[in-house]
Amino acid sequence: MLFSTRENKKHYDLFSALVMLFPSFLVLIPFFILPLFYAFQLSLWGGKRNIGDFVGLKNYHIAFQNPLFWQSLKVTIYYAMMTVPATLILGFCIAYLLSKISRGKIFFRILFFVPYVTSTVAVAMVWRIFYNPQSGLFNFLLDSLGFPIQKWLLEPRGVLHILTGGMIPPQYGPSLALACISLFDVWHTFGFAVVVFLAGISTIPKEYYESARIDGARSLQILFHIEMPLLTPTWLFLITVQLIRSLQSFSSFYALSPSGGRTMGTTENLMLHIYSQFYEYGYWGYGSAVAIFLSVFIMTLTFIQWQWSRRYVFYQ
Amino acid sequence: MFSINNLLNNKSPYSLLNLPLFRYFLNSLIYSILFLLGVIVSFPFLWMFTASFKTLEEATTPSLWIFSSHWQWENWIRVFQFAPFGKYFFNSFLVAGIVTIIVCVNSILAGYVFARLKFFGKPILFAIIMATMMVPFESVLIPNFILISKLGWYNTYLGLIIPWCANAFSILLIRQAFMILPDDYYESAQIDGCGHISFLLYLAVPFVKPALITVALFTFLNSYNSLLWPLIITADEAKRVVQVGLTVFSGDAGVRVNLLMTASTIVALPTIVIYLIAQKYFFQESIRIGLKG
Repeated sequence: MLFSTRENKKHYDLFSALVMLFPSFLVLIPFFILPLFYAFQLSLWGGKRNIGDFVGLKNYHIAFQNPLFWQSLKVTIYYAMMTVPATLILGFCIAYLLSKISRGKIFFRILFFVPYVTSTVAVAMVWRIFYNPQSGLFNFLLDSLGFPIQKWLLEPRGVLHILTGGMIPPQYGPSLALACISLFDVWHTFGFAVVVFLAGISTIPKEYYESARIDGARSLQILFHIEMPLLTPTWLFLITVQLIRSLQSFSSFYALSPSGGRTMGTTENLMLHIYSQFYEYGYWGYGSAVAIFLSVFIMTLTFIQWQWSRRYVFYQ
Repeated sequence: MFSINNLLNNKSPYSLLNLPLFRYFLNSLIYSILFLLGVIVSFPFLWMFTASFKTLEEATTPSLWIFSSHWQWENWIRVFQFAPFGKYFFNSFLVAGIVTIIVCVNSILAGYVFARLKFFGKPILFAIIMATMMVPFESVLIPNFILISKLGWYNTYLGLIIPWCANAFSILLIRQAFMILPDDYYESAQIDGCGHISFLLYLAVPFVKPALITVALFTFLNSYNSLLWPLIITADEAKRVVQVGLTVFSGDAGVRVNLLMTASTIVALPTIVIYLIAQKYFFQESIRIGLKG
């Protein structure tokens, strides 16, 4: 204890801190931080399965001229627009119902979270069989109920075109194949939203409910004037997380796309586009350019969302 | 007097809400919705499981009746003959297991440092780690692939394991758990001559057990369920993991729906079992995170 002055103490902590942080930084720096800069650098160079010549912004130029790129960007956005609201609204409704019951709450919470922890590929295989036009369950049900059968994952025509009986041209809106992937994704992830909303609801103080009841508030009034405002941070968190996740989605597309087909490009999102350009064709520079574009797109969206949310999110 | 408003107002003597029958009706409605959704959630799992025992003919005949009439137990053996799933499982468990252990150790060390130690440059280092949480996976995919190839780790276990051995989210979760550890613990341990490591092992780690189990659960699930990275970093069967193996098998098996379902069941089963064992701690932890906002 003789040398335990304040200065010595600080130094000792710095040394042990660096030793204990070393293994984490050994992984995070070369695999998360430096690659970010390297990816940008790569996107400025040409070459196939190799780093070729410096081409400047040509890769970005090629991407913006490429109809496949715009198609996959559209698919990515449609997918987010379908899955994020559906997942969150379903998740919120179920969490709300679960918070109102006393028995079986734990059972349902455990059950609804099971798809989320299960391998996407494994459950996608089941859904692929359900979507099968010949022997699938969906066509069996439609047929039994007297509706015309569909091609599901093999259908490149728009879902709006089919629903309106042809009033909207087939190329507008997401294809039925993309809607099928979205439906699978909602089934696969809504449990996550349920668990997060339940955790949020459980933090609302019981006194709020009691005083509202004493004032004669009805359940719906409590929902809109107490629970909703207090849950806005939870909503913001889930919107952010789910939006990022859906824009980066790969496994469900890869596992559900009919092999090779990609349903005339209507089920190829930006991640699959990057994957095929970079891995199957070997365009490292082009793949990096699209990846940088997607990253900037995601970060911009997140930033806008946080700015916009300041007005609406209520922190206790 | 007899208005909708009165019918639904708690304080009104005419309120429907005060009738036991109405409450009963409302409750049964909630339970029916939950039950229906429960069926929708579990049906694909049940179908997958029972189809794994069916003959090919039965598996390709669409029906809502999920049970098999001729139980084909040998499907579960035949699937291992069609594709080297034993090898795939060995690879997956090896990779996910090692990643989980290393992530836990790294997160405890880093989480402890950021929660307890005071040193020069701490905010900067913490900001750097948190910034990695914002890094979109797709932007580092190609550089990491090139780096791994340059290191000669293409198609090796190292290539599958090393890039995933630390992550900001786990560090943050463990740090938050350490933050609520009372200062007295730490001070009295120090007075007793307890070093950082023994303090961690005997006092701190048992204290953050729910957070640690949550980190372990999600690291294992993420690693075991990941598809994209193993897809690009492995080349042949020797290093292939189950997720990639299953997509390859789905191409090869094609029309053998019953065997495909057997394979899917085998792939899905470990994560479900691990989740069911660890879920208690995870839900405890989810509430605690919720409390912190």
